[in-house]
Amino acid sequence: MSFCQARWARGGCLEPSIFELSRPGRRGAGFPKKLIARIKIPEKLLRGSLRLPELSEPEVVRHYTRLSQMNYGVDMVFYPIGSCTMKYNPKICEELAALDEAVFLHPDQDESTVQGALELMYRLERCLSEIGGVSKTCLHPSAGAHGELLGMLLVRAYHSSKGENRFEVVVPDSAHGTNFASAAMAGFRVVVVPSNDRGRVDLEALRSAVSGRTAALALTNPNTLGLFEDEISEIAKTVHEAGGLLYYDGANMNGILGKVRPGDMGFDIVHFNLHKTFSTPHGGGGPGAGPVGVVQKLERFLPVPTVEYDGRRNSYYLDYDRPESIGKIRSFYGSFGVLVKAYTYILIMGAEGLGEATEAAVLNANYVMRKVREVPGFEVKFDGPCKHEVVFSAEPLKRETGVTARDVAKRLLDYGIHAPTYYFPPIVPEALMVEPTETEPKEELDRFIAAMKEISEDARSVPEKLWSAPSATAIGRLDETKASRSPILSWRMYENRARR
Amino acid sequence: MKKLGLIVNPIAGMGGRVGLKGTNGDEIFRKAIKLGAKPAAPARAIAMLKNLGSVRNSIQLITCSHEMGEQEARECGFEPVVISSIISGKTTAADTKEAANKMRKLEVDLILFVGGDGTAKDIYDVVRADVPILGAPAGVKVYSATFANTPESAGQVAARFLSEGLPVQEAEVMDIDEDAFRENRLVAELKGYARVPYEPVMMQATKEGSVGFELADQKAIARWTIELMERDRVYILGPGTTTRAVAEELGIYDSTLLGVNLVYDFKLIARDVSERQILEVIENRPATIIVSPIGKQGFIFGRGNQQISPRVVRRVGKKNILVLATPRKLSLTSTLKVDTGDAELDDELRGYIPVVVGYLQTHMVKVI
Repeated sequence: MSFCQARWARGGCLEPSIFELSRPGRRGAGFPKKLIARIKIPEKLLRGSLRLPELSEPEVVRHYTRLSQMNYGVDMVFYPIGSCTMKYNPKICEELAALDEAVFLHPDQDESTVQGALELMYRLERCLSEIGGVSKTCLHPSAGAHGELLGMLLVRAYHSSKGENRFEVVVPDSAHGTNFASAAMAGFRVVVVPSNDRGRVDLEALRSAVSGRTAALALTNPNTLGLFEDEISEIAKTVHEAGGLLYYDGANMNGILGKVRPGDMGFDIVHFNLHKTFSTPHGGGGPGAGPVGVVQKLERFLPVPTVEYDGRRNSYYLDYDRPESIGKIRSFYGSFGVLVKAYTYILIMGAEGLGEATEAAVLNANYVMRKVREVPGFEVKFDGPCKHEVVFSAEPLKRETGVTARDVAKRLLDYGIHAPTYYFPPIVPEALMVEPTETEPKEELDRFIAAMKEISEDARSVPEKLWSAPSATAIGRLDETKASRSPILSWRMYENRARR
Repeated sequence: MKKLGLIVNPIAGMGGRVGLKGTNGDEIFRKAIKLGAKPAAPARAIAMLKNLGSVRNSIQLITCSHEMGEQEARECGFEPVVISSIISGKTTAADTKEAANKMRKLEVDLILFVGGDGTAKDIYDVVRADVPILGAPAGVKVYSATFANTPESAGQVAARFLSEGLPVQEAEVMDIDEDAFRENRLVAELKGYARVPYEPVMMQATKEGSVGFELADQKAIARWTIELMERDRVYILGPGTTTRAVAEELGIYDSTLLGVNLVYDFKLIARDVSERQILEVIENRPATIIVSPIGKQGFIFGRGNQQISPRVVRRVGKKNILVLATPRKLSLTSTLKVDTGDAELDDELRGYIPVVVGYLQTHMVKVI
């Protein structure tokens, strides 16, 4: 297998930043002088210098095209990064989201002029409520963790309305880090319950953890190990009997979509990641969308406004008259472009199609699990079939050869495959979390499996090759500690550092 | 050039194999030999030395004669500097102490030792906090937290410490009364805190990512514990560095590290108290016990904190026990243990309990 990433360099340096390419006076587009003369901008709003780079249009296009060629994306390579559901995003969704009717709306427009947009949000809300098995859904949150925070705020509002002081949120040790953080941000104490030897919530520990202090249990199902929590009914009963609510983290909904509904499992609050499960692009820093659905008894606490339909007038409207609402979670109504893409996706797939996608996602993950666990050096800690993702442990490989999960992840880049999530979840040593998604053909999965085999062989014969990987990429292995300890996130930060 | 001290207690672990629960003292040692005990420590020392890797070429190895280090070192291809002479086949605790003392004077960077709790205590008695130490487990009793999981990992941690300069942390040195142990009573005393290299993976279970920074974690736990504290309530602070962090967060700097302290209205009212003193103070006051697992095996009662006796625990009540543990400490052991000396009470304390592991954060951990 051979792969070589593009490496654009000039004068011994990688593609310079757009600021370094800037030349005074150069420009891509201009406005007619007469037009500029007619526009009167108040003096106080004018700035002397914008410090923007000055380039021609082709220079800009070439610059970003080059950068994109030195990167990985779902449109270019297999991207099995676990828990992120990096599935292919159909281009029709992009086309519809780019329509003038979607792009040129202003959120302050009168309701009568945006009936189409309101109808789309209303219908999407109905679809998501049906898919999640809940009675009403709020589309506002801009990201997954934002949705989690909303979920926790709803938990708080519910218990407060009953005059109960419940301040603990129970979270399994396999959960995403954001679950702990969201609960703490909403003012809750976090109680962590361990997983049992089957990789599922330990019921005995859960029973000891819940009490009159329990506000909620935050759970992902399938869980972070890609395993279905098969004792979910008992889990729900335990939490409900203690007076707590069940919060569903939608990170792994791609393993159950169209097959089972979280609401039917006993969840009271159901969170979705439209940018994962409903196929809108993500990974580039947003925007995302993390809608949150609730069962009937929690409806009255949802943020304002909700989109409602008035049958008598046959029109849609924004309802702010909700006295028990927790208020606003963000400006306006949600990441509208993402909502358009998700609604398009649901329509092109249909109920049946969504279920088929889940079947393919689960089949792909199990195929990869069966093949890779046979490769020396990799094992799966928990028995049985997985759902949409599988967590391998490279512990045997590390023990036998000194090659770590990180080395494996970096080496996969040399095969033109994006690295899986590694060292997460922390309950699996040397974890490699692989989520193929439903959009990968068997040939691509086989290519991944063959790469894992070759890496396992190389670990024994030429481990140095793996310790120094990647080598076929534009940039070699980075100092991850330095990157997280002293990141440089903008040109201005870079200039300030250089000055010091 | 870095200097590495090596002390092998050649008879460590011999008593255990023949059911003697320890090998401290001449008489027991002779009894062990008579029962057919074979030395286990030398092989472990060799396994440890073989894991020093490339650092072996850039260090000076300092050790004792014969089977207390020299033989094992030579077998691994070292040319060690031999600083003390022993009578082969008749090593004693005094030999260990003498060697440790000489190594301290020679300012070695680390003392690697092979043995059990007795060996750790003998070395600690002499070097205290002057020299970092690290043990490869070979003894019958390994309650102290100064040991790596295996001889191999001890070698690897030492190599990293000498080549990369790992940070050091405080680790409990426990002393077990062997005579009592043979009568099936375990009297474990917390002798002090030695300095050991901090290597979160090989020194503990392999849960990479779950191990934070000990001091920062202790501080977070202490902050949260203080927020949970109330007025008009006695807080019985067990021994250890995590509970000390709570005292320090309260501005108390003269508490005892190895004993039990009493805090009332956020002030220290008594230090290093006995069971009787605790019972007197809590006679007519509500109380909470704050303890942290002591040693490598996760005991929260019955090891190093016997002052918090069954009578004290019963008087305070199970629901008023607050257990604190850093994620590192919890990664040493997946369960907690109790051995109060009162079997009925131990049973009541078993099951899942909440353990404070950080600010606002509790883990459910099983007490067995």
